[in-house]
Amino acid sequence: MSIRPPAAGWFKAPHGAERLWIGLALCWCLVMSIAMPYWHFYGKQNSTGEAYRVEPGAFAQRVQRFVATNQVGELNGIPIVQPAPGGDAYLQAQMWSWFPVLKLKKGQTYRVHISSIDLQHGFSLHPLNMNFQVLPGYDHVLTLTPTSSGEFTIICNEFCGIGHHMMAGRILVEE
Amino acid sequence: MTTTTIGPDVTAGEAAGNHPRGEVRVCDTTGLAICTTAERFMKLHAVFAVVSLLIGGVAAILIGLTRWPAVHLLPADWYYRLVTLHGLDMLIVMILNFEIAILYFAGAVLLNSRLYSKSLSWATLGLMLVGAVMCNATVLMGKADVMVTSYVPLRADPQFYLGLILFSVGTLLGVINFFGTLYIAKRDHTYEGSVPLITFGATAAAIIAVVTLLHAATTMIPTYLWSINLLSSIDPEWYRVTWWGLGHMSQQVNVCAMVSVWYLLGHLTVGSKPLSEAVCRSAFLLYILFINLASAHHELVDPGVGATWKIWNTSYAMYLAVLASMIHGFTVPASIEVAMRAKGFQRGLFGWLANAPWSNPGFSGFFLSLVIFGFGGGITGVTLGTQQINIMAHNTLRIPGHFHVTVVGGTALAFMALTYYVVPLIFQREFYAKALCRLQPYLFAIGITTMSIGMSFAGSYGVPRRHWDVEFSGSPFAPAFDSGAHVMLGLLGVGAVIAFTAVLLFVLLVVAAVFFGRSNAGRPMEPWHVERGVTAAVRASHGAGEDEEHRTPGTLVLVLVFLASFAVYYFANWLWLSDVWHVR
Ligand SMILES: [Cu+2]
Repeated sequence: MSIRPPAAGWFKAPHGAERLWIGLALCWCLVMSIAMPYWHFYGKQNSTGEAYRVEPGAFAQRVQRFVATNQVGELNGIPIVQPAPGGDAYLQAQMWSWFPVLKLKKGQTYRVHISSIDLQHGFSLHPLNMNFQVLPGYDHVLTLTPTSSGEFTIICNEFCGIGHHMMAGRILVEE
Repeated sequence: MTTTTIGPDVTAGEAAGNHPRGEVRVCDTTGLAICTTAERFMKLHAVFAVVSLLIGGVAAILIGLTRWPAVHLLPADWYYRLVTLHGLDMLIVMILNFEIAILYFAGAVLLNSRLYSKSLSWATLGLMLVGAVMCNATVLMGKADVMVTSYVPLRADPQFYLGLILFSVGTLLGVINFFGTLYIAKRDHTYEGSVPLITFGATAAAIIAVVTLLHAATTMIPTYLWSINLLSSIDPEWYRVTWWGLGHMSQQVNVCAMVSVWYLLGHLTVGSKPLSEAVCRSAFLLYILFINLASAHHELVDPGVGATWKIWNTSYAMYLAVLASMIHGFTVPASIEVAMRAKGFQRGLFGWLANAPWSNPGFSGFFLSLVIFGFGGGITGVTLGTQQINIMAHNTLRIPGHFHVTVVGGTALAFMALTYYVVPLIFQREFYAKALCRLQPYLFAIGITTMSIGMSFAGSYGVPRRHWDVEFSGSPFAPAFDSGAHVMLGLLGVGAVIAFTAVLLFVLLVVAAVFFGRSNAGRPMEPWHVERGVTAAVRASHGAGEDEEHRTPGTLVLVLVFLASFAVYYFANWLWLSDVWHVR
């Protein structure tokens, strides 16, 4: 009984259905163990966590430089910036906005640098539902290839104070 | 027609015990010798737990009605404030109080020992109480709108961190008291041979709790110093890694405690015993050894921790902890099947299940907890914890959708089910309104499952967690959520209303029983159910021989259905993932 000390000699190997189940469960765990490294090498969607230390002030300066050299327009008062295909793009999270609006080309690969200059924020791309964590002091580099075109919204999905629910930005992807 | 009796497994006075004079009583139902000091503190922690359940529950319904877009009840500041309060009172205060009570039970009562130290028990209770009050007050005053995770550099009033530290120290003292009880019970030979399975499971929970509380100290002490300006900054990634060493591992304490409660309730309700002691105990050992890796789940899309770290921590040894849960997921229902077949319920694959005591809230609550935890929580948890799949789930409503079926539909429901035995056995009071007691676990299970389904599907549309306004009113770039997301948020609200009704009912039933219930001192508790249709002849012809003890065809079918559902959900998620943009 589970509330009494077991009778002496309780250590016996499982048998029957219990043994079968342990075997099946172990096999399934092995399948899941292999899936992640497999996808890391052969899949297209991975979070490698590539990041560099950066002072929030220094990051803000990089963003400003990026905007100054690549701006192509304005949307709702926020600059639209088009990086060179294959090049670097910068995105700054701050209570409670994403800056600037990025304009990308479908099928091209970009190194998108994302960081925060105040609190922790969450990068969540809508309606695709891709999510990454954004931390102050860390330049989080996403090597990103848009495979669909249109207008995409960036939502903040990490609580960052009272205006958190208004923190949205935009990525435009053209064919 | 026979009435199920729980005992007597332990005959009074069988083992000598080490109780001081006058500080022991013999349970009239189970025959267990109960240390009255342990009993008093079990009562106090149970009351503490139920009070925090009520506070956390009121916060829950207000939050639920805010996330329901058609209602959208609270203003933004109170929404975030109550999310913080809800997480604190449910995940920390309520659950840890229940667990301290379980440790005292598994240590003192099951080992026929006195509790190690009365003053340590008072210190535990006092510190937990002071810590909980400090945290609650700080949050309600609006000085700590930081969510339960309080990610730096988001800052709360120093009192909030100090409250958490005091609460953790109190809990640690309670765990030390449990280890002390194990020690004196062994020293005084209050039991023969190995400890009972439930004490073993509780010991596993206690060991994991110590590691968890060390993480709590490592995280919260520097954060407290930072909040009073003695430290200039805390690295946010360092904070996230150590905080989750506390945050996720504390959930594994719950898992261990919950599984122990499953075995306990299986025994109390149908007289089950573990299929194989060796297997059950080995599974608990796997938890102790490997479960801490699971805390990496929360940093799978973080910067600064590399892919190797992410993959290593969430595959390999981590899956041995998953294996442990899958083993318990078989042995718990299998032990019920064996016990029911031994009583003569032999018909077909599922005659044992159909004839199980579904009118006993201790049984229905426990079995629903098992099913909800396994099918709902287990499958979603392992899938969301997959390194790449997490890209689609991180910080969306899928995450609370998952943990509300594990911690609430699983652990909290199991603890509620246990309460239907704690009140008559420990408080020695009978419940009023038995019909409502019988209804309560079903109502709660339906509510919490509905709510979690709403959350999970809303999350798969990309709806974020901890978010006041899905309309994004006032934002320059409002996203337009699919109408399906709104339907799912409505389902969340309806589920929350049902679950809250069940919580309220639970609190009322318990309070009525504890304060106004009829005493049953001096006689066995009133049984919750009467077994149906088993005649002595049937019983005699189907005696549980040695070869009968492992015949569990029904459970085998159930776990194969489980494995198939798991595989379908898991691979469907990989398929959805292959559809999104390429990213490295
Ligand atoms: Cu934000």
